[in-house]
Formats: sequence, structure tokens, C-alpha cells
Amino acid sequence: MGERPADERVRDFSEVDTGLSAEEAVTEAQRCLQCKKPSCVKGCPVEIDIPAFIARIAEGDFAGAAQVIKENNLLPAICGRVCPQEVQCEGQCILGLKEVPVRIGELERFVADHERKTGSRLPPKAEPTGKKVAVVGSGPAGLTAAAELARLGHSVVLFESLHEPGGVLMYGIPGFRLPKEVVRAEIDQLRGMGVTILTNHLVGTSVPVSELLSYDAVFLGCGAGLPHFMGIPGENLNGVYSANEFLTRVNLMHADRFPEFDTPVRHAGRVVVVGGGNVAMDAARVARRLGARTTLVYRRRKEDLPARRAEIARAEEEGVTFIFCASPVRILGEQCVTGVECERMEMCATDASGRPEPVPVEGSRFVIDADMCIQAIGQGPNPLLVRMLPGIRTGRRGNVIVDEEGRTDLGKVFAAGDIATGAATVILAMGGAKRAARAIDRMLRNS
Amino acid sequence: MTLHFSRQGEDEIVGYRVKEASPMAERIYQIWIEAPHVARNARAGQFLVIRIDEKGERIPLTISAVKGDLVRVIFMAVGKTTYQLATLVAGDEIRDVAGPLGKPSEIGHFGHCVIVGGGAGIACCPIIARAAKAAGNRVTGIIGARSAGFLILEEEMGETCDELFVATDDGTKGHHGFAADVLKQVIGKERPDRVWIIGPAIMMKVTSEVTRAAGIPTLVSLNPIMVDGTGMCGSCRVVVGGETRFACVDGPEFDAHKVDFDTLMARQKTYLEEEKLALERFSSHRCGCGGRDHHG
Ligand SMILES: Cc1cc2nc3c(=O)[nH]c(=O)nc-3n(C[C@H](O)[C@H](O)[C@H](O)COP(=O)(O)OP(=O)(O)OC[C@H]3O[C@@H](n4cnc5c(N)ncnc54)[C@H](O)[C@@H]3O)c2cc1C
Ligand SMILES: Cc1cc2nc3c(=O)[nH]c(=O)nc-3n(C[C@H](O)[C@H](O)[C@H](O)COP(=O)(O)OP(=O)(O)OC[C@H]3O[C@@H](n4cnc5c(N)ncnc54)[C@H](O)[C@@H]3O)c2cc1C
Ligand code: SF4
Ligand code: SF4
Ligand code: FES
Repeated sequence: MGERPADERVRDFSEVDTGLSAEEAVTEAQRCLQCKKPSCVKGCPVEIDIPAFIARIAEGDFAGAAQVIKENNLLPAICGRVCPQEVQCEGQCILGLKEVPVRIGELERFVADHERKTGSRLPPKAEPTGKKVAVVGSGPAGLTAAAELARLGHSVVLFESLHEPGGVLMYGIPGFRLPKEVVRAEIDQLRGMGVTILTNHLVGTSVPVSELLSYDAVFLGCGAGLPHFMGIPGENLNGVYSANEFLTRVNLMHADRFPEFDTPVRHAGRVVVVGGGNVAMDAARVARRLGARTTLVYRRRKEDLPARRAEIARAEEEGVTFIFCASPVRILGEQCVTGVECERMEMCATDASGRPEPVPVEGSRFVIDADMCIQAIGQGPNPLLVRMLPGIRTGRRGNVIVDEEGRTDLGKVFAAGDIATGAATVILAMGGAKRAARAIDRMLRNS
Repeated sequence: MTLHFSRQGEDEIVGYRVKEASPMAERIYQIWIEAPHVARNARAGQFLVIRIDEKGERIPLTISAVKGDLVRVIFMAVGKTTYQLATLVAGDEIRDVAGPLGKPSEIGHFGHCVIVGGGAGIACCPIIARAAKAAGNRVTGIIGARSAGFLILEEEMGETCDELFVATDDGTKGHHGFAADVLKQVIGKERPDRVWIIGPAIMMKVTSEVTRAAGIPTLVSLNPIMVDGTGMCGSCRVVVGGETRFACVDGPEFDAHKVDFDTLMARQKTYLEEEKLALERFSSHRCGCGGRDHHG
């Protein structure tokens, strides 16, 4: 696996990880023990037959490997790049007990990239059932549900409110981790399978709820796109962004290439990013690429950072400065941001989840000079459509309540992904969507 | 078998056609766009977001009328995108039109409604006036502009409203002065039950002081800078009654007397430098290429 050097990659938006060569892939695949009871598969929410596709790679049959993967996953180039494999498939690989687990994610990515370059083949489709399903939202949940339902023979319309399908894959995760042409190519396969994708359609207004409920079944994959703000003074100064806004301007609207593209983003010499998850890492690394001195402020300790280890290391290599055990209390400035006032935190008594609770230290305030502050402290489930659905049950955080198979309280309405779980991961959204699609299929066949 | 398929399926929409485009006043234009998904469901007070082409910005514009599958927007050319929009003619395509967005105006049987429009903000008035009229209200219209040359929709408002007043800052038409002055007079004669004020932020701020003193429920339609228009980015956040709200999904209409206009106006200035640069770059290319084709 190759990785471009930090001082080179921090100057552009091209992919950091350069992937495996064919030889490396074959060698890596040969490490797999081809377990009779493969534990790795238990760690894959979309149930890819991992040993089977790895066996094909070992034989040099890359196209065959792709076919095996696609029986269960139409987005392998995406998953191979962004799945937190260390807690999914690779985390369960038997080799991990003694040495390094098989690099399943890298292998999956290699196969998908190879297929994209040599011509895609689509999985076979069942006979048309004549049933119509509406899928709301084109993030990983919506894409997976749409693909699965189309494969099972249903006619699928996928609605997306933005001008480009993909959800967070398009607007959130930056191109240097997930190139947009990769996302577009995988989404294109859905079109090839006969899924109609209607962009610019906000379900609830462009498509009234009554029309939505006239479909034979409905799948909600609206995601957790509602940005949270800290609620501290100075938050409406110019130069304060939610991570969603900052990343959308750059990833979806290409503000990094302003004025060739029309959408601007403020140019800042010094940026403070608040948060410690994947979103915060992405925002900080994008800010570095826009040329800013970037400081990430996190209220707990380094070992508590929820982001993936590999991405934290890369952010460090790219020159992001970390300040741990500190939290902003005020953003300073007249009209524009001039600084972020923080206070130190001490890790005290454990909270309900068993983690030590950060408690402010009296008299410990300090100021970080900055002309931009990006808040990456989390997103909530998108409330817009859910509020319009009479009788749907939601949890305390606005997430739609579903059973094991994604069923909501409204008969033919199913949901999965971040709208049901709260902000989680691509692969959990896909796993949930797949279970829901199968339940929808059973419901439609029995009706 | 290797399959090759196109980017766009059969039913998918590639662009939205401009059916009619014409200038209305100085730097103010109207275009009718074919966008059935917006037209069929649009209600007074809602807006749409357009992106002219692949490199375009998403900008919000109020839906000012609907006819079959067509929606009309009226806009003032103030920057790169709106100047480029003004160059479109019938038959051209707009890459993306999303909507309708935002909450519709709350229209009930209030009694006497007054609708005040300033500058390009007049664009939003007829559709609200018609809805208020249809709900059985008596409707008074007040439209104001800098000068007679900037005045729009006088005829359309005249036809819809029971009474229409015109004001210009320079006295070239109607009352010499601000719409706020006329509003004061109207309140003196027949107290309104509900007032809408739509225009530039400073005009809304000043004009809503008139109804605050009189304690009349008043709505303003806020126009912060937006990106998605669906509640996902927070760019459009405004302060209303001390709370942060997202104008695209919680609004765009809010209680005028609770809005923090100073924060709104400050935030509208976020990209002044970039806007200037984009416009200069665009106007140095008046060949119709949109300042693009000669650039890498
Ligand atoms: C910056 C960032 C980095 C991340 N990095 C990783 C990572 O490395 N690995 C990982 O596994 N996870 C990562 N995640 C989390 C992951 O992206 C999400 O868990 C996942 O995208 C959720 O998928 P979803 O389909 O539920 O929702 P989303 O991807 O949010 O998609 C929802 C879609 O629905 C659309 N929509 C919403 N409402 C409507 C409506 N009413 N009508 C029409 N369309 C609607 C939205 O526009 C959006 O396109 C990251 C998230 C972010 C923000
Ligand atoms: C909900 C909503 C509805 C709107 N409806 C209309 C409408 O019907 N007709 C119309 O002419 N305009 C309307 N606007 C304003 C319109 O969106 C802006 O004029 C447009 O985005 C400017 O884009 P630009 O690239 O041409 O100019 P820019 O280069 O972006 O800006 C040029 C100048 O316009 C100012 N400006 C930028 N954005 C706004 C804004 N949102 N509001 C006010 N001033 C702004 C800037 O401060 C700057 O001085 C609406 C805005 C909102 C939020
Ligand atoms: S989809 Fe994700 S979890 Fe499943 S095998 Fe691929 S990388 Fe592992
Ligand atoms: S658990 Fe590891 S070694 Fe066993 S089949 Fe899966 S990838 Fe191969
Ligand atoms: S425009 Fe993005 S939240 Fe309103």
C-alpha cells in the first residue's frame, strides 16, 4: 500500500492513499488462510463472501473477485476506502490474533478500482415485480436500498434534494480520501440497473408526503445532516462555519477552485477546528490544503479521539496542531473572527458511558488567534421530512425508531442509516439499508 | 457481458428550460423556468435554489408566480450569478432548479393585510397578495424603489390588491420618500391585522419599526447567504428572539419584531471580496462564455 508524502499531498486534493499494485494484491491475498468458518465475514454488515473474493485475487482473477463482491455490495470502491475496517472485517480476521490481519479493505478497493478501469459488470436482476418503491436520500443507505431493491426486481425512484447524488460521500468526505469520480462511477451502476435518480427533489415539498405514501413502499435514508453548534458567544461572526458548510463549499461546490467555480469560501491564515471525530479530521485537513495554519481543539485526551487512528496520524503528518483537554468558551471578533477563547479541561469522575468526564479548570482561559473557526461537534438526524410524517415515532435525538429490519411505525415506511442510528458509519448505514430492502421485498411479495 | 450506460437514465432531468426571459426594470429581470416538480407544489412565500451550470453557485430566489409547469423568478443583477442569469434567453437551460424550499407564508382570514415590497423584494409580493386575497382578506399593497426606473410589478399588484401605493426615494413616481412613510399613513387610516415587509435587510429593519410601535403582527422574509437551502449547512443561520434559526427551513418568514437585523446584515457581507472578484472576472468577458471558456 502506497501513501503520498505529507508535504506533497497537503498541497492538493488528490488521493493520499495510492492503493495496491496487482502484484501486491496477489501477495496480500495469498496470506489469507481461507478459513472454513471465516470470522471476517461476521464483521462485514453487508456480508461479502470475503474468502471467496480473496481466493479469486490470489488466482489473478480480478474480474471474478469483483463479481463475488458485487453479489453483496455495489459500492466496493467506496467501502474499501472509508470502512473502519479495524473494527469491522479486519478486526475479526483470525490472522489479527497473532500478526497483521489480511488487508481486506485494500483488497476490496483494488478489485473495484481494477474493474472500473476495465469495464463494469452489473449483477443479474430478478424478474420485474411491478411494485414501485420510493427511496429518499442518496447517501450510502439510500444507494444500497435502491440497488438491492432494483436487483430484486422492483421499480425504484431515488429522490435527492441536492444537485448531485451521494450524500456525505459527495459533500462531506473530501476527495483526498474518497475521489468524487469513484463515487460517481459507483452511483452510475445504479442507473445501469434501471434506478431513476431524481436530484433537486426535496421530499416533503417537491414530492408531497401524500405522493410519497402512494408508492408501494418507502425507504427513508435522509441521514444526519443537521449541524450542531456549540451555543457559545460569537458564533454568528463571519468566519464561523459548521463542518458541513465548510466541507460542502469545498467538496461539493469546489470552493478550493474559486473563482473558476463560483462558490467562495473564506480565506483564512489561521483556522481553529473544534471536535475530534472523522468530521473534524477532514475539516482540519481541508483547511491545511487551503493553506491555513490549523489547530484542532478537543475537549478530551488524545487517546479519547473518536476518529480513525490512521486519519489522526495523517492529519498530524500534514501539520495539523492538536490541543487536547481544552474547549472553546467564546469566539472573539467584531464582525469577523479574530480568535477563539478556550478553557482547559481536567479529566475527572467517569460519566455514564464509563469515560472520564472533562471538567473545566478554573482560571485556565487562553486565546488562540484565528480568523476562522470550524465547528465539528456532531450532526443530528435531518428533521425536515420526519416532522411531516404523521405518526412516525422518533427518539430523544430525533432519530426515527425502527425494528431490526428497519420497519418504522408507519406500515410501509422503512428507514436505515444515520436517520435511524444517529451519525454513524457508511457501512452500518449500508448494512441497515440492506436488511430493510430485504424486508421490503418480503412485504411486497406477500401483498 | 460488459455493459455501458449513460450518466443519465431516461426519466432523469438534465436541465431545466427557460421558457421566457425579459428585463423588467433597471437591472431587474424575470424568467419563467420549466420545473414541474417545483411548480406543482409551490406555495406563497417559498423559494427555489438554482445553479446555472456545472461551475455555478447555488443561489436562492423567491418563487414569484406559477403557471402550469412554469415558475417565475424575478431578480436584481447584483453579482456574478445574477448577472449571468440575466444573459439567459428563452430556450437556454439551467442545470439545476431545486424546490420549493422553505415554509410557505401562513395565510389565514386575518381581515386587513398590508404587503410592503422594496426593490427586488417586490418580486415576492404578488403571490402573497393573491393568497391573502383568496383567503378573504382586504389587501393593501405598498411598493417602493429607489427611483421609478427600478419599480416592478405595479400592474400585477394593482390588479390583485384592493388598494396600491407607490413610493420612490427620489420622488420620480408616487410618494416622494420611503415605503415606511406610506405604511404609517395606512396604519393611521385603517389598522392592519397583519403586515408583510419584504425587501433589502435595511429596509425591512427600518420599516418594521413602524408596526412595532403599533403592535401589529408583522412578517419579514429573510435573505441570508445560503448553500443547500435544506437545513444541512447552517450558513443561513439568523437570530430570532435570541435564538439561532435556519432561515431555509425554519423560515424564510419570521416575526419582524424579533429578528436581529444587524447580525443578518453583517453576515451578508461575509464574501464581499470574493463577490467583487467574481463579478469583475465575469464582466471582463462579455462574449457570452460566462468568463469561463477561455480559462482553464
Ligand atoms: C465529513 C465526514 C466524514 C466521514 N467519514 C467517514 C468515514 O471515513 N467512514 C465512515 O464509515 N463514515 C464516515 N462518516 C459518516 C458517514 O458518512 C455517514 O454515517 C453516512 O454517510 C450515513 O449515510 P446515510 O445514507 O444514512 O446519510 P447521508 O450520507 O447523510 O445521506 C443522506 C442524503 O439524503 C438527502 N436527503 C435528506 N433529506 C431529504 C429529503 N427530504 N428529500 C430528498 N433528499 C433528502 C441528503 O441531501 C443526503 O444526500 C463521515 C461523515 C462525515 C460528515
Ligand atoms: C430565501 C431568499 C430569497 C431570495 N429571493 C430573491 C429574489 O426573489 N430576487 C432577488 O433578486 N434576490 C433574491 N434573493 C437574494 C439573491 O439570492 C442574491 O441576490 C443572490 O444570491 C446574489 O448572487 P450573485 O452571485 O449574483 O451576487 P453575489 O456576488 O453573491 O453578491 C453581490 C451582492 O449582493 C449581496 N448579496 C449576496 N447574497 C445576498 C442575499 N442572499 N441577499 C441579499 N443580498 C445579497 C452581497 O452582499 C453583494 O453585495 C433571495 C435570497 C434568499 C435567501
Ligand atoms: S464492505 Fe467494509 S466491512 Fe465489508 S468487507 Fe468491505 S471493507 Fe470490510
Ligand atoms: S478471517 Fe482472515 S484469514 Fe480467515 S478467511 Fe477471513 S480474511 Fe482470510
Ligand atoms: S442554507 Fe444550508 S442550512 Fe440553510
